[in-house]
Amino acid sequence: MSYVTRRLLLLVPILLGVSLLVFVWIRALPGGPAQGLLGERTTPEAVQALERQYGLNRPLYVQYGRYLDSLVHLQLGTSITSRRPVAEEIRRRFPATAELALAAMAVAVAAGIPLGFLAAKRHHRAFDQLSLVGSLLGISIPVFFLALLLKYLFAVRLGWLPSLGRLDVTTDIAHPTNFYTIDAVLAGSPAALLDALRHLVLPAIALGTIPLAIITRITRAAVLDVMNEDYVRTARAKGIARRLVDRRHILRNALLPVSTVIGLQIGLLLSGAILTETVFAWGGMGTWIFDAVRFRDYPVLQGGILFLVIVFVLVNLVVDLSYALIDPRIRYR
Amino acid sequence: MPILQRWFRPVVGLLVIGVGLSACSSTPSSSNNNKGSGATLVFGTSADPKILDPPLASDGESLRVSDQLFEGLVTTKLGGTEPVPKLAESWSPSPDGKTWTFKLRSGVKFHDGEPFNAKAVCFNFERWFNWTGPLQLSGTSYYWQVVFGGFKTKDPKSDAPADSLYRGCEAPDDTTVRILLTRPSAAFLAGLALPPFSFASPKALTTYNADKASVDKDGNAVLQGTFGTEHPAGTGPFKFVSWTRNDKLVIARNDDYWGEKAKLKQVIFRPIPDNAARLQALQSGEIQGYDLVEPQDIQTIQGDPNLQLLDRPAFNIGYVAFNQKVAPLDNLKVRQALAYGMNRQAVIDNLYGGRGEVAKEFMPSSIFGYTPDVATYAFQPEKSKQLLRDAGLKLPVRIEFWYPTGVSRPYMPDPKRIFEAFASDLNKSGFQIVPKSAPWTPDYLDVTLNGKAPLYLLGQTGDFGDPDTFLGTFFRTERPGFGFNNPQIFKLLNDALAETEESKRTVLYQEANKRIMEFLPGLPFASTRPALAFTKNVKGYVPSPVSLEPFALVSLEK
Repeated sequence: MSYVTRRLLLLVPILLGVSLLVFVWIRALPGGPAQGLLGERTTPEAVQALERQYGLNRPLYVQYGRYLDSLVHLQLGTSITSRRPVAEEIRRRFPATAELALAAMAVAVAAGIPLGFLAAKRHHRAFDQLSLVGSLLGISIPVFFLALLLKYLFAVRLGWLPSLGRLDVTTDIAHPTNFYTIDAVLAGSPAALLDALRHLVLPAIALGTIPLAIITRITRAAVLDVMNEDYVRTARAKGIARRLVDRRHILRNALLPVSTVIGLQIGLLLSGAILTETVFAWGGMGTWIFDAVRFRDYPVLQGGILFLVIVFVLVNLVVDLSYALIDPRIRYR
Repeated sequence: MPILQRWFRPVVGLLVIGVGLSACSSTPSSSNNNKGSGATLVFGTSADPKILDPPLASDGESLRVSDQLFEGLVTTKLGGTEPVPKLAESWSPSPDGKTWTFKLRSGVKFHDGEPFNAKAVCFNFERWFNWTGPLQLSGTSYYWQVVFGGFKTKDPKSDAPADSLYRGCEAPDDTTVRILLTRPSAAFLAGLALPPFSFASPKALTTYNADKASVDKDGNAVLQGTFGTEHPAGTGPFKFVSWTRNDKLVIARNDDYWGEKAKLKQVIFRPIPDNAARLQALQSGEIQGYDLVEPQDIQTIQGDPNLQLLDRPAFNIGYVAFNQKVAPLDNLKVRQALAYGMNRQAVIDNLYGGRGEVAKEFMPSSIFGYTPDVATYAFQPEKSKQLLRDAGLKLPVRIEFWYPTGVSRPYMPDPKRIFEAFASDLNKSGFQIVPKSAPWTPDYLDVTLNGKAPLYLLGQTGDFGDPDTFLGTFFRTERPGFGFNNPQIFKLLNDALAETEESKRTVLYQEANKRIMEFLPGLPFASTRPALAFTKNVKGYVPSPVSLEPFALVSLEK
């Protein structure tokens, strides 16, 4: 059995465990969807009626059995609050989250690796110190605050960039994939693509700061490690051009720990950025699941979290596989 | 260092792209000549609507949009609560109050070109009355059940009331319609003014399977038709254009409208759940208006020369409930001591940003049945202590006081601070308050409405312009949250609901208000005017206490 098959098969017990955990966890929370739906107008009779309606008065094992049964049939149910099918919402929302996550990661990688590398090369000099302070700031500044600040500056004050949403309200294109950048390309509309990209800039920067700071630090540390390896000295001694040594011998080897971090961070970003999505009215997975917790929307929590776990596991698998590409010593059998 | 250049190139490239994107900015829809009859207004909402089939909706966002697309027999007076003609030009009840005859406007057409007439009215009423299965769930046909009760055949699994106020509908000619009721009801007409009782094209309802529904494994009603999501067709001044979920909903002027045509060409509703984000979008010009302005943003808006603030008339009540199931709250003297022990005026002055007033009774002053002539309880800590001693209690009297977290309601913008103010007053009035809190939904509502909390903050925003929407909801039957059984009050309120003559109802409700404020099931403390924010160039938006606000009257000027 190949490594990949084994890893994929491992998904089954993981998902079973997660489904049980999520199931038990959300039912352990006080209250239920009935109160969330009825608000101030709640009466005990109405709550009982809704619980009957949703089968919440049945024994837990019966509910769990029904839930597993519907999972086997690939049915995720319908949201109690929005009345829309959970699967349909995921099709609409996950692309939004993924597009934002990838854009944020692009910002983080494009800036983080060069910054970290530079900092290491200038170890103990001003640039290095600055990058350390900067990454500390990046990690500690609340995303929420940064987002509001960015919006205030670039949208409210300067009016350069939109403050929310994924497209301007006047832009009309079809959404076959729900990745708006891809949709714009498919629609053959450069204006729509530009519009979608402009909407990505601020949220991607806001969301990208934490991974950016982390990637900078990890890259710096890794490069510092590798720079002192014997083979680097040997390579230099052989008279190999400095940039070749930097690229082939130092950076490539230093990228291994960095790629692990990138993978983990992508996994995290893909599970939805509640605050960024809220502030930018992004309509992704994060705000959706957050609201579902507040309203005890059981089908959304069960379906949504399970889906994110699958994504997280798959991303990690891809990261593990990518090691082989970066480091020829690693082979999967 | 060549490698640095290599790395810098993409970074610099990205920066250049970023700046380029910024430079290409044409600020959306705000800066151009977006005014007059070609104008588009973008309105920021707190959530996406659920469905554009009004009788199947009960959330404010669905009803807000539906109200622009659909019309009923009557509507509420602009900016008020009393029923006025819409698709019915006039009406009259029979002497026994069980038959209502409506004279319809002629020459009205649905958006799909179908004629609006008496048959269409009856088709819609019969549609609602004949709903079965999942459509009888209270979460699905909420307002039908509130105003009319049950259905023709009660589904055994449904929790709908068994009997219905509705008996039948007759269409003797195209412009006359008779609604037959099983008993006289005064709230009927006020109920009809609600957006859920507006009419859809019978042809569109049938073509797009509006009533095709099933129940999924979780017990949800799942609508399979596309009427309420893609093809809503009413008679209103706006027509449906498109709906991209969680992104925007577009409606456009109905050029064939029977009345005065809408001034705007388009209205776009854009869901922006976060309050701060709505305000920033208004400041940046991405939206031109939004609802549910937070008290802390009021100063910012007032201080911005490009923005304006509008008041919605007060139609809500915040109160401190006294649960009589918990001793010693069953003792009237203790309840009086509580009422005298809270400084409501100070709370209103300090915590409501100038948008509240002290509530004297359990309903706002804007509807009939209100009377200033009720027992009032000005803040008198010494009197509270005396009352507690008279009740034979040892001071201080320990009592749990609950407040919700993570919520802001029109009637209590900041529950924690309201609680703190009242708790501090009560601690000076012979009580010892034990603070208790829980997240609003579902925990807090569970605790308070199920009678597990002795003293708690709560309130209500009215559904429609009838006293029953307040007094009836609170006190017409025994409710665990208040924990008392007072047949006199219950009877007064039931009689008032059955009476059809408004003058008699007024007297009954005034009497009920007096009795209630003597009996003190709780202490009403606030009634507020929620705020809406718009850019300065928005004209003609008339706030309504029941949030029925026609966008057809709105225009954008420079």
